[in-house]
Amino acid sequence: MSGVRVLVGTHKGAFILTSEGERTKWDVSGPYFGGWEVYHMKGSPVDPNRIYASQSSGWFGQIIQRSDDGGRSWYQPGLKPGEPTRNSAGMPLAESNKFVYDTSLATGKPLTTHQWYDGTQHPWEFKRVWHLEPSLTDPDTVYAGVEDAALFRSTDGGKNWHELAGLRGHPSGPRWAPGAGGMCLHSILLDPTNPKRIYVAISAAGVFRTDDAGMTWKPVNRGLSSQHIPNPEADVGHCVHRIAMHKTRPNVLFMQKHWDVMRSDDAGESWQEISGNLPTDFGFVIDVHAHQPETIYVVPIKSDSEHYPPEGKLRVYRSRKGGNEWEPLSNGLSDPDCYVNVLRGSMTVDSLNPCGVYFGTTGGQVYASPDAGDHWAPIVRDLPAVLSVEAQTLP
Amino acid sequence: MIRVVLPPHLRTLARVDKEVEVHVADPVTMRSLLDALEARYPMLHGTIRDHVTQQRRPFLRFYASGEDLSLESPDTQLPEAVRSGTEPLLIIGAIAGG
Repeated sequence: MSGVRVLVGTHKGAFILTSEGERTKWDVSGPYFGGWEVYHMKGSPVDPNRIYASQSSGWFGQIIQRSDDGGRSWYQPGLKPGEPTRNSAGMPLAESNKFVYDTSLATGKPLTTHQWYDGTQHPWEFKRVWHLEPSLTDPDTVYAGVEDAALFRSTDGGKNWHELAGLRGHPSGPRWAPGAGGMCLHSILLDPTNPKRIYVAISAAGVFRTDDAGMTWKPVNRGLSSQHIPNPEADVGHCVHRIAMHKTRPNVLFMQKHWDVMRSDDAGESWQEISGNLPTDFGFVIDVHAHQPETIYVVPIKSDSEHYPPEGKLRVYRSRKGGNEWEPLSNGLSDPDCYVNVLRGSMTVDSLNPCGVYFGTTGGQVYASPDAGDHWAPIVRDLPAVLSVEAQTLP
Repeated sequence: MIRVVLPPHLRTLARVDKEVEVHVADPVTMRSLLDALEARYPMLHGTIRDHVTQQRRPFLRFYASGEDLSLESPDTQLPEAVRSGTEPLLIIGAIAGG
């Protein structure tokens, strides 16, 4: 029977949770990279044993790690254990940690600046990789969404990274501003039917789409309304927390914004609110059922300053109609006095049948539902604060 | 050989125990020492100083012979005790807690 591997990034290392297809008994391994922040790990869709990890630290900066054996061993790309670390000229074989923003070809100066919290212009400064998105077709190609917001790509398995600078060089770049969590590019969606189309989401700029494989980008935020910016309907400036799509309907997007749950049926050209009967439409995560493109999940959070579930009751909300009509899912989530948060990268689904749904909390729990949300149980309860959760369905 | 004591996380990253030794051609400065350290342990690129600006990461300090060398010019010759291998250069991370 096939199984599931759940990759969990936390504030103090990474963990890998594995189970057979029944998803009732779990093996827990880790911590990997103990003591480091692991913002994200994700496996290649075409080679599940190829996993990329973003390891970072306020002290030592950004490290990219890679596993070619399903997470049993890790190395920095280009530095495989036992292989020479330098070429015959004595130069390092790879610089997998190196993320350098493009500069103007004409002047060598920074492409642009962005807006700082106080409204002044501020230079782009690389801080960390928030999201790694492996290619749908090539295990050596992987995209990285970084803070300060930009998109990088590696085509050699993570050894070397190059910016797709058309995004940051968009004329709106100087108007982008950081949210409270920093100015991060946190969501990357690859269109499985069109290799030239990519969506990214940035806090707090909004959603951008390319139709030419990353050369040029356009903001696709029409229909979003955000009260925290002077023009609530501006083309950029929206604090999008997460976007999601179903692989069979790449023109349909779902969004959890700072406030408001939204959907687009035209590849982001326009958005409609689908918050409906949610108890609060603030939150961070959103995801789509693996086999039912109109079934979506969110975890409502009380408010933008009270980052915990309403009434201290942890609930996943599910809509089977693509939004507006939501039902609370609480079976197995009924612990009282729950005041954890569920961060934007911390919900995922597997593609078994029935679909498994998973989410992690800042309290260190990772919950799993093997039946599309009807029943929940914690896989682990006491990890460090969870930053991201990704499920891999294994053959 | 120049001796260097790395902070624990960087020892893990470089897969070394305790202190490391690197050969540094004269003149032995902070810049030439870090160049040699990164050449010997490429996984440390970017972890002690920024890839581009070459500035020391703000939560790291350099010490030797009881002196704080963090604010010295990277092209200043390191103390004799470090150059001779009598004492190690200490790379120390800011204390963390809560």
